[in-house]
Amino acid sequence: MFDFDALAACMSTSACLVNQATSGLIIGMLLFLVASGVTLIFGVLHVINFAHGSFYMIGAYFAYTTYHITGNYFLAALVGAVGAGICGILFERLIISRVYGQNLLMQLLVCYAFILIVDDLVKIIWGAEYLAMGIPAEFRLPPLRFAGGFVPPFYLFLVAVSVFIGIGSLLLVTKTRFGKIVRAAALNAPMVSALGIRVNVYFALLFGFGCALAGVAGALAAPVRSLTPGMGLGILVESFIVTVIGGMGSIPGAFLAAIILGLTRSIGSVGFPLFVDGAMFMIMALVLIFRPTGLLGQGAVR
Amino acid sequence: MTLLIEFRRDLLIALAGLVLLVAIGLGIDHAWPRDFLTSIFAAGLLAMSLNMLIGYTGLVSFGHAAFFAMGGYIFGLLLQSPAFTGALGAGSVPVALGVAVVGTGLYAVVIGAICVRLTEIYFAFLTLAFQMFLYSVILSWVDLTGGDQGLMGGIPRPIFLGIDLADQYHRYVFCAVLFVACVMIMRIMTESPFGYTLRMIRDNATRAAFLGVNVFRVKLICFVVSSSIAAVGGVILALFTSGAYPEWAFWAQSGEAIFMIMLGGLNVFLGPILGAVALRILNDVVQMYTSHTEIVIGVVIMFVVLGLRRGILDFVKDWWVEKQQARLAAENRNGQE
Repeated sequence: MFDFDALAACMSTSACLVNQATSGLIIGMLLFLVASGVTLIFGVLHVINFAHGSFYMIGAYFAYTTYHITGNYFLAALVGAVGAGICGILFERLIISRVYGQNLLMQLLVCYAFILIVDDLVKIIWGAEYLAMGIPAEFRLPPLRFAGGFVPPFYLFLVAVSVFIGIGSLLLVTKTRFGKIVRAAALNAPMVSALGIRVNVYFALLFGFGCALAGVAGALAAPVRSLTPGMGLGILVESFIVTVIGGMGSIPGAFLAAIILGLTRSIGSVGFPLFVDGAMFMIMALVLIFRPTGLLGQGAVR
Repeated sequence: MTLLIEFRRDLLIALAGLVLLVAIGLGIDHAWPRDFLTSIFAAGLLAMSLNMLIGYTGLVSFGHAAFFAMGGYIFGLLLQSPAFTGALGAGSVPVALGVAVVGTGLYAVVIGAICVRLTEIYFAFLTLAFQMFLYSVILSWVDLTGGDQGLMGGIPRPIFLGIDLADQYHRYVFCAVLFVACVMIMRIMTESPFGYTLRMIRDNATRAAFLGVNVFRVKLICFVVSSSIAAVGGVILALFTSGAYPEWAFWAQSGEAIFMIMLGGLNVFLGPILGAVALRILNDVVQMYTSHTEIVIGVVIMFVVLGLRRGILDFVKDWWVEKQQARLAAENRNGQE
């Protein structure tokens, strides 16, 4: 089960180290984008969007189709993000907003139903087979050499976009007027609406933004991962682990935890391929036992 | 002994139910009712044991099917091992059943000790995460579990005490007895002082702690018992299908169980079983018309959750209570005149 020789051999060559680190980083970045959506929505609306993986899937499939029609990846990524965002707003307005403040069971069931419906719709529209998008034409460039390892240019793009979006969403919540209103509404919605602000609109926009983050992640993942109707759930569970490790509601925490998990995955695939999932759960269990609020989370465990 | 006297009414009902089930299974000369009811026994135990957590203790677990699958796999793996059946001979089925229940219980102690401290959302999260962990272990440990093919080649069932589980009548009665016994255990647990402690924790855990209840311990006991009962459900399904499949540990199995509870009724003891029956019938009917069952089930869930906002039996119970109160109010008014 454990192959420490292979691990040590990999650790001692810079080429292998660079390759594993970059692949760990892109896994981490995709996780970060999805998890920051979950954490943003939870931080303000106090609902767990158990259907968040579906928006990741929607983003990926939208990007896939757009790329096939237009051949422009940047447009495809944009369509993936906006499409997922719009679906998110509709989902919030039509479904989730009806179970705000109700018990967790109702929220869970509604999301469960939504996942069933969306997975089946994807099967009807795109088929149940695995789809592969391939590296888009814009990025079919020779890989960059870095300390003996190879780094595909698309990976750099993926990491850069993710970091940019991560910083952007942090600033959006902490510095802008939109962020201030949303945070105020999270603390006292009736008061904010008494000041003449349409709280519902802000909640829907925030929910849509969180879903758009998942959509971006899906669109970015489409070239490097295969697309299947069940793809949302795998990333959902991992992004839950990220939010638990990083601390619920903390975007920097999600970033840190996503990188830890990404590296665990990529380096683990060399040293203990069968125990990668186990290692992730072990990290989570350790964090929960010794620091239940997560690495960078504040306040009491809800 | 006092238990027998205290629960004599419930015991009589359980006995009558068992007689009825056996009569249906043995009296009707067709395999369909037996197969249908056996699958209900399995799904019903999963849903009812989950309702001990959700309905009675307020712990919304989204990973309960993990224990269901665990029971089925332990049972199947033990009986498929020639060394085990060779060593125990006729005793291997009961021992395998016991090991499956106790083994799952021990696994639940570990998982429960980590999860039960956490409230609401974190608890749902973690149980889901551990379930997906078990699912990935089952899928990747191909040598032991057969990966995505499941346990193939049938499960041998040596005859014990004259019971031959390869015979469909024997198997049906055996499963019916297991089912009724587990339902009775849950009835006793939920109607005893322990059960009322669970309700107290659900309604106000802080106050329960002030009254000297060790909330962590009570929750953990409930978690372990309900997981063990879910394992019995898994054993019944393993007997029925003569195999075990990774889908049993998939998240959708847990989602389905939660929906059975919701559909049948959260606050009525037998609600989850009604939910299991209703969902199974719905599934079968939809399957006759389309292969896209999930989309229809999804729409039905949306309707029940957003429209009815409670389960069928909850609905009936509320209606009954309202009627009673209206009658009482009318009597009071008449008395005053």
